Amino acid sequence: MNFSEVFKQSNQLCKVSPDGQYLATCVQYRLVVRDVNTLQILQLYTCLDQVAHMEWSSDSLFILCAMYKRGLVQVWSLEQPEWHCKIDEGSIGLVSSRWSPDGRHILNTTEFHLRITVWSLCNKSVSYIKYPKACQKGMDFSADGRYMALAERRDCKDFISIFVCDDWHLLRHFETETQDLAGVEWSPNGCVLAMWDSCLDYKMLLYSLDGRLLSTYSAYEWSLGIKSVAWSPSSQFLAIGSYDEKVRILNHITWKKLIEFEHPATITNSKAVVYKEVEKRPVIGTEDLSVHELALGSSLFNSQSKYEIVSLPAQVPVVKPDLDRANPKIGISAIAFSADNRYLATKNDNMPQSLWVWDMQRLGLQAVLEQTAPVRCFVWDPRRPRLALCTGNGKVYMWSLAGCVSVKVQAEGSFQVLSLFWHGTGDSLVLLGKDQLCLCYLATDEEK
Amino acid sequence: MAQPVHCVYEAEADHTKDLSSISHISSVSPLGQNLTVTEPKNSYSLENTFCTEDNIQHCVTYISQEVGSLGLSPVCVESSGSEVRLNTTSVLNLLYELLQLNRRKQHHLQELENQQLRHCSNVEHLQNNNSRLKDQLEHTRRENSGLHEGERQLQLKIRALQNCLRSEKEEVQKLQSIISSRASQFTHDAKRKERECVKLKERINQLLVDKRDRKLAIEMVNCVSRSDGRRGLWKTGKMEARHEGEMYKALLSDYEARQRSLMVENTELKKLLQHMKKDMVSILSPKNTCNKAQSTDSCSTAPPTDDSCSKAPPSDDSLGQGGSEVEDEGEDCSKETLEQVCGSAREQLANSIRLQWRRLKNHMHRLDSQVSLAASQEEMISIREHKDAIRCMTLELQRCTECIQTQHQLLQQQFSSPCDDDTAVLLNGGYTLEEKERLKEEWKLFEEQKENFERERKSFTEAAIRLGHERKLFEEERGQWLKTQFLNMTPFMDRKRPNGVRECRRASSLKFTPSKPAPAHLPSTVELYRTLQLIPDTRTPGRRGSNGFQPGPTLTKPRLRNSVTDCSIFSLLRDEKCHLEDLHS
Repeated sequence: MNFSEVFKQSNQLCKVSPDGQYLATCVQYRLVVRDVNTLQILQLYTCLDQVAHMEWSSDSLFILCAMYKRGLVQVWSLEQPEWHCKIDEGSIGLVSSRWSPDGRHILNTTEFHLRITVWSLCNKSVSYIKYPKACQKGMDFSADGRYMALAERRDCKDFISIFVCDDWHLLRHFETETQDLAGVEWSPNGCVLAMWDSCLDYKMLLYSLDGRLLSTYSAYEWSLGIKSVAWSPSSQFLAIGSYDEKVRILNHITWKKLIEFEHPATITNSKAVVYKEVEKRPVIGTEDLSVHELALGSSLFNSQSKYEIVSLPAQVPVVKPDLDRANPKIGISAIAFSADNRYLATKNDNMPQSLWVWDMQRLGLQAVLEQTAPVRCFVWDPRRPRLALCTGNGKVYMWSLAGCVSVKVQAEGSFQVLSLFWHGTGDSLVLLGKDQLCLCYLATDEEK
Repeated sequence: MAQPVHCVYEAEADHTKDLSSISHISSVSPLGQNLTVTEPKNSYSLENTFCTEDNIQHCVTYISQEVGSLGLSPVCVESSGSEVRLNTTSVLNLLYELLQLNRRKQHHLQELENQQLRHCSNVEHLQNNNSRLKDQLEHTRRENSGLHEGERQLQLKIRALQNCLRSEKEEVQKLQSIISSRASQFTHDAKRKERECVKLKERINQLLVDKRDRKLAIEMVNCVSRSDGRRGLWKTGKMEARHEGEMYKALLSDYEARQRSLMVENTELKKLLQHMKKDMVSILSPKNTCNKAQSTDSCSTAPPTDDSCSKAPPSDDSLGQGGSEVEDEGEDCSKETLEQVCGSAREQLANSIRLQWRRLKNHMHRLDSQVSLAASQEEMISIREHKDAIRCMTLELQRCTECIQTQHQLLQQQFSSPCDDDTAVLLNGGYTLEEKERLKEEWKLFEEQKENFERERKSFTEAAIRLGHERKLFEEERGQWLKTQFLNMTPFMDRKRPNGVRECRRASSLKFTPSKPAPAHLPSTVELYRTLQLIPDTRTPGRRGSNGFQPGPTLTKPRLRNSVTDCSIFSLLRDEKCHLEDLHS
């Protein structure tokens, strides 16, 4: 495992182009485009203000930089550095900006979710979509980029509009059987639209592309419901994480529950492997620790850590959530399928230090990773069944069927990994710190 | 109720019997006292008033009347003139009878008194009993009242709890209604707020739109081409239709893909099913025949015990027939199902599978029962065998102990009667005959060896004598030779000198050689014998061993291996051999 030198970035704005050739980063109001392999700067653009959001177009030709405070969006071309485009949303404000899948339209959501403005780069045309719903995930494009599903709210009722992204033709518009729609998500094959109600009701609805209700699923009533949803890449499974600390897997034929994955505090499953991260450093009192952290940076924390296999039954540390407050820290907040559909990784919010990996063939628990710090981010390799995760310290952790590794980021000064994502080939990882970034190259098969 | 009292009475009666003796002595019942008191009075009055000289007649009549009333013969009066005289015998008889009567009465009275006493004590006992029972009754009554009180209290409690429950229920209902009302209120409020929000949004929108926001704009150097390179199309009905078509196409393709995968799965499952069926048939058909054979076997071996086995063959037959039918059917089905997927075929398949399953189940069932039966049989057999073996062993043991006892007896006899030599010899002979035989053989062998030895010795001595003779001859020759040499050492014989020296040298060598063979001679006697052909080479190893010319160990091994009992004899043999060898050396 090798590490690149550390680069600056701000707002954790760092994206690899969809074709995997370029790396775009924002440093304050500057946009830097580098070659992924050489890390040499190819282009340097200067925006009007500090960039709040940055996104590559699907064809890797344009980069969108949104400055929400100013209500501005600037688009840069990689091929023609002199070409530029500026979109001003004016006094109506801007809260979200994104590319349409074709890479020629920009969808801007105005403040208060008044409307969505669709700007075309082809003919400068502008169109509006009214009544978009402000919710967890109110808009989703199908994987092939043909359709867009948009949640709308009219007369205190939820509606779904399905647009054809080619020409923004409204294909379907229908009312949903939800109290308060929280999110929509296309199945990877683009034929089923999953939508779920807000956490007050456990309700999952599955609609066909043509607006027919395929199925409704509700696990229980009178309790906080769905917290996270994930489709398997094959569209075969739909995983639903809920506030009752369980993940329910629906199958794509009957849309009935296939299995329920519980996250018990005591792991007794004999087939599961429990990895526990053990840090090899002298024990220091917590007060001292904070002082040291401030004074010495993380030099103290540059200690080694390793995984130990815990014999079963193993106890998972549990944080008791404050149930009286809104959005209690309990339940499954994140679910992710591996690219080969084989594994499912979940995180239970009241066990923040643990990551659970489930085998989808056996439909059972495969491994539990018990970290020393709360898990910040975990991502599957887009090519292989391996998982990278970070906990906000100077280490990167990886899990695969063969085992777990903990690698200290070899960078000058302190580098605390807050977030990470994979390069499309799965050969390198981009690690994001507070205002730095670093590439981590993994040994490829040829090198081995 | 009567019985226990009666029992008590009887017990009391016993008690009174014991007491009666005491009562006789110490205290008399009041009636008895009365009697004793009245009797002297009567006698007294009789003495004084009843009969006087004057009223004898009167008295006699009175007495006779009274006696008559008692059913006794009246007093006979002899009236001789004026003087009335009593017949003394009759009077005495009467008196006696009266006394008898009195005694009887007394006795009766005693009995009655006893009875009375018993009754009294009985009454007392019953009274006691009664009082006790009354106490008990009182107690139970009190208990009962206590329980009643408890029940009442519990009832009260229940009532209170019920009230509580009711109130709780009411509260729950109230709360639920509150919740629902709140929820409805909340939703209502939310809707109101949302409407307001929407209104506000509308207003903002209107305002912004009306204001014709100048800033709202797109600035672009030049338009870019579409990502697919085509030009944008107008929105027309055609486009709509195309979109619809595409959508349906996508859906259709998805469904087709899904169907295809399902078909693949289905065919795989069917294949599996066929395979299973085939397996099932193959498993069932040969086993059935086997079972048939087995069951018939078992029937022949153990006819009375296993009913199931005797029942098995007919059922088996029927099943077998059914199986063959099913098999055919199944094959047909498989052919059909491979070709077509229609309901009837599926039904047939399902039916056949179901049949097969039933068969398999039956089969398994039967196997289970057979196994259990066989196990039980085996156990029985083993137990029987065990018993038999034990019996055999005990018999053998008995025999052995008998044998030992007889031997013991014989031994005892032998020891006790040493004078009886003949029998002892006979007995001993029986035991030692074999040994003797062996000894004899050994002896023969030994004798032979000895003979050989003697012969060898003789030849050796002869050889030694011969050697001595030769030596003597040689010495003589030497002397002769020396003499001639000496004589030859004359100047006349100078010409012959070198020759002589040569001869002398030879002679010296000759001279020294005889001293050498002597030490070489002693250890290698065997070799010498061999060279002298005293030991014949062609002999059996046992024989050769017994000759004693071989070293000890090589000889002992086969001997020892042959029989352990020979050891002592052999050692003796060996000793003797050693002795011989010593002698020899």
